Amino acid sequence: MIRLEYYLIISTLMFFIGIFGFITRKNMIAILISLELVLNAVEINFAAFNRFLYPHQLEGMFFTLFGIAITAAETAVALAIIINAYRSIGNININNLNRMKN
Amino acid sequence: MDPIINLIIFSCLGVAMLALSIMAVTSKSLLRSATYLLLVLLCTAGFYLFLNYHFLAAVQVSVYAGGVVILFIFAIFLTTSKGEVLLKHQTRRYVFGFLGVVAGIGLTAFVLFKHQFLYESNTSMVGDQEISMSLIGQTLMGTGKYQYLLPFEVLSVLLLACIIGGILIARKK
Amino acid sequence: MEYSLFILIAPFFLFLVLGLLGMKMKPKVAGIIGTIGMGLCAICAYTVAYQYFFQTGRVGEEWQQFIPVNFEWLRFTENLHIDLGILLDPISVMMLVVITTVSLMVHIYSLGYMHGETGFQRYYALLSLFSFSMLGLVVATNIFQMYIFWELVGVSSYSLIGFYYTKPSAVSASKKAFIVTRFADLGFLIGILILSYYTKTFDFGTLTANHAELVTTSFAGGTFMGLSLATLALTLIFMGGAGKSAMFPLHIWLPDAMEGPTPVSALIHAATMVVAGVFLVARLFPVYFFAAPDVLTLIAYIGTFTALFAAVIAITQTDIKRVLAFSTISQIAYMMVALGVSDYGGHDGLGYMASMFHLFTHAFFKALLFLGAGSVIHAVHSNEMSQMGNLHKYMPITNWTFLIACLAIAGIPPFSGFFSKDEILAAAFHHHQVIFWTLWIVAGLTAFYMFRLYFRIFWNGKRDYNEHHKPHESPLAMALPLIILAVFSVFTGFIPFSDFISSDFMPFHTHIDWTVAGMSIVVALIGISGAFALYAKNSKQPAQIAQSLGGLYKAALHKFYLDEVWMWFTQTVIFRYICMPIAWFDRHIIDSAMNGLAWTTQKSADSVKGLQSGQVQFYAWVFVVGSILIAVLVLFF
Repeated sequence: MIRLEYYLIISTLMFFIGIFGFITRKNMIAILISLELVLNAVEINFAAFNRFLYPHQLEGMFFTLFGIAITAAETAVALAIIINAYRSIGNININNLNRMKN
Repeated sequence: MDPIINLIIFSCLGVAMLALSIMAVTSKSLLRSATYLLLVLLCTAGFYLFLNYHFLAAVQVSVYAGGVVILFIFAIFLTTSKGEVLLKHQTRRYVFGFLGVVAGIGLTAFVLFKHQFLYESNTSMVGDQEISMSLIGQTLMGTGKYQYLLPFEVLSVLLLACIIGGILIARKK
Repeated sequence: MEYSLFILIAPFFLFLVLGLLGMKMKPKVAGIIGTIGMGLCAICAYTVAYQYFFQTGRVGEEWQQFIPVNFEWLRFTENLHIDLGILLDPISVMMLVVITTVSLMVHIYSLGYMHGETGFQRYYALLSLFSFSMLGLVVATNIFQMYIFWELVGVSSYSLIGFYYTKPSAVSASKKAFIVTRFADLGFLIGILILSYYTKTFDFGTLTANHAELVTTSFAGGTFMGLSLATLALTLIFMGGAGKSAMFPLHIWLPDAMEGPTPVSALIHAATMVVAGVFLVARLFPVYFFAAPDVLTLIAYIGTFTALFAAVIAITQTDIKRVLAFSTISQIAYMMVALGVSDYGGHDGLGYMASMFHLFTHAFFKALLFLGAGSVIHAVHSNEMSQMGNLHKYMPITNWTFLIACLAIAGIPPFSGFFSKDEILAAAFHHHQVIFWTLWIVAGLTAFYMFRLYFRIFWNGKRDYNEHHKPHESPLAMALPLIILAVFSVFTGFIPFSDFISSDFMPFHTHIDWTVAGMSIVVALIGISGAFALYAKNSKQPAQIAQSLGGLYKAALHKFYLDEVWMWFTQTVIFRYICMPIAWFDRHIIDSAMNGLAWTTQKSADSVKGLQSGQVQFYAWVFVVGSILIAVLVLFF
């Protein structure tokens, strides 16, 4: 039978794969993709905890639901920003986008 | 369904998901990355089905696969020329990132295996209870305890803000 | 006599009005307001004096001390508190008269003398401030109040010496005066602190009551470095007085203070402020006499030396104001000697009385001398004797009044200086022969240098002045004070001073000791005739005598190089061996500690600056690693 730990192991690995991607990718869209992985892993956790630990309640599920919606919103805004950045600097390389430091 | 077959299917799904994740963060082509992401998200929807959250699985597929990934693909088309290969950082960054990630995995694994979850003593564990749509609807629209009208509305405002923000940011000056 | 408070308030109010609104007035208006205010103040002081001396002051035989106004200002402990008030007793009332009179004369005189100067209003404001401070000083009920006003006169003196603040010499003179007196005041303050620490009071009445019993008992046996503490404290207090009264070796500021306007010199540096030291010692006389007689001896010797020293220098000076300045030093030293040789009580306290008497008469004739000198300077626009001569033709009033003052200071009867100087000599004669004979010589020298001054200004040859710039007699505003002060100089000697002022408040009777008086008249006449022989006509003799005296003359001309000694002392000893190491310590240890701190901060900032790379991925990495570390910390420790 499937145990909670299995879900958690998979989500953990996925989470850190996402983080690895976030740190090592250079293209901003690729970074955003990594971020999606991270959020996805977290959402799996919510759902799994809800199902295994408190099967009679719905918080985890709704949290996941809302999380999905927020992720969608965040992605939309982030992509808009990326496109805007592309317009102004001609590429979407994250290294070139540190002008705010100055 | 036989638990063993269940487990086998689950394992295949999990392994595929991890493999696809790794490919998504390492692929040289951005479009491929997005495709792997789509597959990962679909696998996640499979997980939700395993957990008997059918509604959630449907949302996952429709919002993520249908909305977000499409957005990604459009953005990629808008910002990348054909055949462009993703640039890489110095190796040092990979090494440090890898070390940090391994440390994080180690720590989480330690906690995970150390911790005893209480569900095993819970007799009502993992029922095959499908949650009825009407219950979801009422919970989402109710104002009582453990009901979520307010977050729902807040979320709708957030989405509105996102629409406006997206337009504002992305429009041509 | 509560209205005596008005004597203090009026000048202060004038100072505020003239200081704040003076620039909005016409100079003349400001001057007249100041003069009228001072006149009212003087009238008030005379009324107080009349009431005190002739109506209420004496109960039975003894003069009383009144405190018509008093309020507690700062309370430190149960017993120790600083009061502000007015103390009326014979010497303070006498000082009120002296100060207001001379101040009024100077106010009137300045209307003419300072006419057309820039800063005329400021000048009058500062004169009022000075009058206020000086009056406050003499009526002080306690030593701390005196100290406060002591510093106030120092400040107003400083700003009046530096009145022509565009002149570098005036600025440095005012700084010198301030620093030297300030240095002396430091001793005064320490003395006050020691005294009040042991006696638990500042009050003059308490300190001097019952033959200064409180001081002698409370100090009993305390010693420090072989000196009794009472001696130490009183010596330090005298140091403050020596600074203000220009006693050797702290006299160096007074000759330079002549950079100020001449009426200021007359008021501050001849008649009032410089006698503050004498007044201080007189005020604390019972304490000195009973608790530390050694200090009185010291005062007598210092005074004697200063008198001789200053008189010798005065002979050689050619700047007429400097001659007068050294003459002032010499005369104040006379007063100090009189205090130093005085005993307590009755006729034995003759020196005390003589000191106050000489203070009184000296204030008038020395102010007259200064004002006369000012009148001459006004006429010929120079301080140098060589620019003068034969002025008796052009300035009759100045000539006659100056002559009167010279006779008074030389001690020729019946002018006032004769009486007071005679008392001092008599007191010294009964006390100590060396002191007496020194003072006797000084009396001769005084007559000599004063008449040298007089002859060189008013006679001495036929100097021709330009036709279109002939010297002329001063205007009425300047001549009037000269005449009034001349009258004072003639007649004040006849006041029976011992009836009013004595060391134990009991009147006693004095008579002129004709042995001493005769000797002093003889020596004065010798001095005058010497001056007449050398200076009445333009001759080569003085130069020849100077030539033959050689080194001595040169040393005296350069004030015995005391300025240079002080300069060497401050430059070499203090600056090189004290200040330089401290400065080095400051620059190298303290500053470099600070710089090191700044350097460390900057370097560490530089080294962590790279962290703020603007690379969001680096931030994320740090965030992840940081959270892991925190989690590890929480979990395992």
